[in-house]
Amino acid sequence: MTKLNSKIPLGPVATKWSNYKDHIALVNPSNKRKLDIIVVGTGLAGASAAASLGALGFKVKAFCYQDSPRRAHSIAAQGGINASKNYQNDGDSVYRLFYDTIKGGDYRAREGNVYRLAEVSGSIIDQSVALGVPFAREYGGLLDNRSFGGAQVSRTFYARGQTGQQLLLGAYSAMSRQVALGNVDSYTRHEMLDVVIVDGRARGIIARNLITGEIERHSAHAVVLATGGYGNVFFLSTNAMGSNATAVWKAYKKGAFFGNPCFTQIHPTCIPVHGDFQSKLTLMSESLRNDGRIWVPKNKEDVEKLRHNKLKPKDIVEENRDYYLERRYPAFGNLVPRDVASRAAKERCDAGFGVGETGLAVYLDFAASIKRLGRNVIEERYGNLFQMYQKIVDENPYENPMMIYPAVHYTMGGLWVDYDLMSSVPGLFVAGEANFSDHGANRLGASALMQGLADGYFVLPYTMQNYLADQINVPRFKTDLPEFAEAEKQVKSRIDKLFAIKGSKPVDYFHRQLGKIMWEYVGMARNKAGLQKAITMIREVKTEFWKDVKITGENSEVNPELEKAGRVADFIELGELMAMDALNREESCGGHFREEYQTPEGEALRNDEDFMYVAAWEYSCDGKDPILNKEPLEYVAIEVKQRNYK
Amino acid sequence: MDFTLKIWRQKNAKAKGKFVTYKVNGISDSSSFLEMLDVFNDQLVTKGEDPVVFDHDCREGICGTCSLYINGRPHGPDDAVTTCQLHMRKFKDGDTIVIEPWRSAAFPVIRDLMVDRQAFDKIIQAGGFISVNTGGIPDANAILIPKENADSSMDAASCIGCGACVAACKNASAMLFVAAKVSHFALLPQGKAEATRRVQAMVAKMDELGFGNCTNTGACEAECPKEISIDNIARMNREFLGAKIGAQKKVAKAGGF
Ligand SMILES: Cc1cc2nc3c(=O)[nH]c(=O)nc-3n(C[C@H](O)[C@H](O)[C@H](O)COP(=O)(O)OP(=O)(O)OC[C@H]3O[C@@H](n4cnc5c(N)ncnc54)[C@H](O)[C@@H]3O)c2cc1C
Ligand code: SF4
Ligand code: FES
Repeated sequence: MTKLNSKIPLGPVATKWSNYKDHIALVNPSNKRKLDIIVVGTGLAGASAAASLGALGFKVKAFCYQDSPRRAHSIAAQGGINASKNYQNDGDSVYRLFYDTIKGGDYRAREGNVYRLAEVSGSIIDQSVALGVPFAREYGGLLDNRSFGGAQVSRTFYARGQTGQQLLLGAYSAMSRQVALGNVDSYTRHEMLDVVIVDGRARGIIARNLITGEIERHSAHAVVLATGGYGNVFFLSTNAMGSNATAVWKAYKKGAFFGNPCFTQIHPTCIPVHGDFQSKLTLMSESLRNDGRIWVPKNKEDVEKLRHNKLKPKDIVEENRDYYLERRYPAFGNLVPRDVASRAAKERCDAGFGVGETGLAVYLDFAASIKRLGRNVIEERYGNLFQMYQKIVDENPYENPMMIYPAVHYTMGGLWVDYDLMSSVPGLFVAGEANFSDHGANRLGASALMQGLADGYFVLPYTMQNYLADQINVPRFKTDLPEFAEAEKQVKSRIDKLFAIKGSKPVDYFHRQLGKIMWEYVGMARNKAGLQKAITMIREVKTEFWKDVKITGENSEVNPELEKAGRVADFIELGELMAMDALNREESCGGHFREEYQTPEGEALRNDEDFMYVAAWEYSCDGKDPILNKEPLEYVAIEVKQRNYK
Repeated sequence: MDFTLKIWRQKNAKAKGKFVTYKVNGISDSSSFLEMLDVFNDQLVTKGEDPVVFDHDCREGICGTCSLYINGRPHGPDDAVTTCQLHMRKFKDGDTIVIEPWRSAAFPVIRDLMVDRQAFDKIIQAGGFISVNTGGIPDANAILIPKENADSSMDAASCIGCGACVAACKNASAMLFVAAKVSHFALLPQGKAEATRRVQAMVAKMDELGFGNCTNTGACEAECPKEISIDNIARMNREFLGAKIGAQKKVAKAGGF
């Protein structure tokens, strides 16, 4: 346990951050120019970090695998971003956002970090507006808000159903300005394949140029990973096709601890799976739960008739509908947190009340809101989501209720970081969804955008300066050090090894197999026997992959199959660690639901006595089990309770 | 459903490309266009052939990565969708489908159907931003923005930077993309302060990068997956003319303001 020092500043929670800022070491402007920082990832976390660090005067190199920094998957976030502005005068405050986040996370996040997050949330909105983000406004010209799950106030700022796009374009434009000013170099279509450690500190990366296949060395005084989440371990998720865990997994293998890998968020409102060829799942934003009511039929006969098209959902009268969230959770109703809503949908479908062809869907119905507010209001609020739904499903959601089902969406787990957002490898910082973060066992809606931008705009610029202050005399690193040569050699030999297999099956075959195992045994409901089975099965997939995968072409060209192969190889290993972590955590909390541990009403049953800790896994070596380190969690400002949304 | 695919194959930027005809069978009508290509590519890989390279990422119409020219139209036959949102039910069983990359001097082909769109990033770097650093910003509600202006700004800001407008234009002009960005900022009080320099710098960069002139044919608007209005071009022209007539301010070096 001595290995983990979270470095939370002393003092009351409300003054920790200002105290910290008052006492950190700073780097003067002329010295900043001599210090290099690599930022891997240009989503909200990476782009805002690159822009802010560049503006301070550091020399930044920013990497992404897409053809433009603007295409990072943050672009796809729909619903909104939280901030405790209390513009609505409905009782919001920094403390309340802090409290809601800790409670929403089922008491598995750090008080110090979360308070800081809530504290800087307001500045994110100010910053974004200054950068030209066209947030929704009221007629009087003031900013508008909507409600999201797990909160009883309206604190979510939004730009139609494209909030992530607009926030990212804001950060991207700020970063672009720094590129023009010469403070940031942008490396697009580059994939980081390893981190380089010199004398115990992160000093660079190895990246593959995705156009030429060249393996490049890049050095810096410090490295930031802002590479997003690893939901694609499940094959089907709401993540982008290229979203991957390679950067964090390589860092893990170089000594960065992996925090709470099993904490995965299954989002309740996604378009259901429709066939074996399906490549990804599409989210229907949580904001829809502001105006949509979730239900399934009360009677099995109606379910049958619906399935055989003998009945339309609107033919089912009110008394025969089960608005199960409103029934079970009257206080929060359709706005319960995601983990609760997802499990409730699964419960109804498992009990045989699911609708749609597969019986794995529930209704999200807007009829009442359209009647109350008019179709134009609903269209203005969610038009692009309705259009998206119609294009995919070929049904008109203004006339028939949407059909939705839970899907993998977000990963609360990630690389373990201290208060400085530094991993257990000195000089290796981790931001955004890639770190194990502030969301505990369940993230509240609209809080990921907040966290990504908090990390990049307002936290890293301080904490990295503090780290770099004693490095001003360390000259720029050359990449001819033996550590770079060794890392490069390893990367190249793995690529050679992949090509040498010359098996018979395409990469996706293995990815699909892994996904099925993960969804079945490490998904919404987990148990001991299933998890043990999953571990065995994942190991089999791994063996088969390294025997039978087939990759065409060569390294020295654009080669998407090679890219996928490297990513899937890492997903398989990470999948195993997720199952191990889920097996170890003998309690239910947030998105982690162990069937053995539930209340008589089927709610998650925590075990604070034995599991109120962050599980930080340490890599030992291939073929050997990782070591579990525990960071105990302490609650001083908040009283720990059983979560209750009734 | 069964299809004949005529696909542009080109090994790399320097190689000469050509159309190659393939068959693909047993495609579900609820699969997306890119899922159809996934199935097809898995077949190629299993046979030991190089799969067709195409750009894609979010697969939900927002990242702007996907970029296929299908049967003579950027993003294919459906209206107001990106390639990744196009579904096979929009085609007839037995159809022949011609698939090409975006074609424009400013977007050179990298491989097969993948092109290089870095020119768009360069245009943004030339001036597509508001010059503020992080921190020290007044409260977000300190400036009132009429809802109508915020909404129109949001309409323009919805551009996903896909480049379909360029691909659709016979002159390969980037006017719609640039105009969308200029309008997004020009409609907001925060963006007004440097509107003049912005439009001059962005237009100069666009010309320098080899995009063609706008002759008002409107093909860009018709093919834009986000229905960005051509009115933005008129607004930009006004901004641009205003900029010229105004104080003849020198265009600052890219980013230098
Ligand atoms: C469909 C959808 C809707 C969402 N809606 C909301 C919402 O309404 N509100 C909310 O708060 N949250 C939402 N979320 C969650 C939120 O969008 C994400 O958690 C957040 O945007 C992640 O940002 P990030 O900067 O950490 O990573 P990302 O935006 O995913 O960026 C990752 C970056 O890392 C780069 N990268 C990755 N691996 C490598 C590598 N090996 N080498 C080089 N570069 C690499 C990528 O190129 C990319 O630039 C949503 C998520 C999804 C999927
Ligand atoms: S204006 Fe339309 S077509 Fe052009 S880049 Fe933007 S979204 Fe694509
Ligand atoms: S893949 Fe993102 S818009 Fe099509």
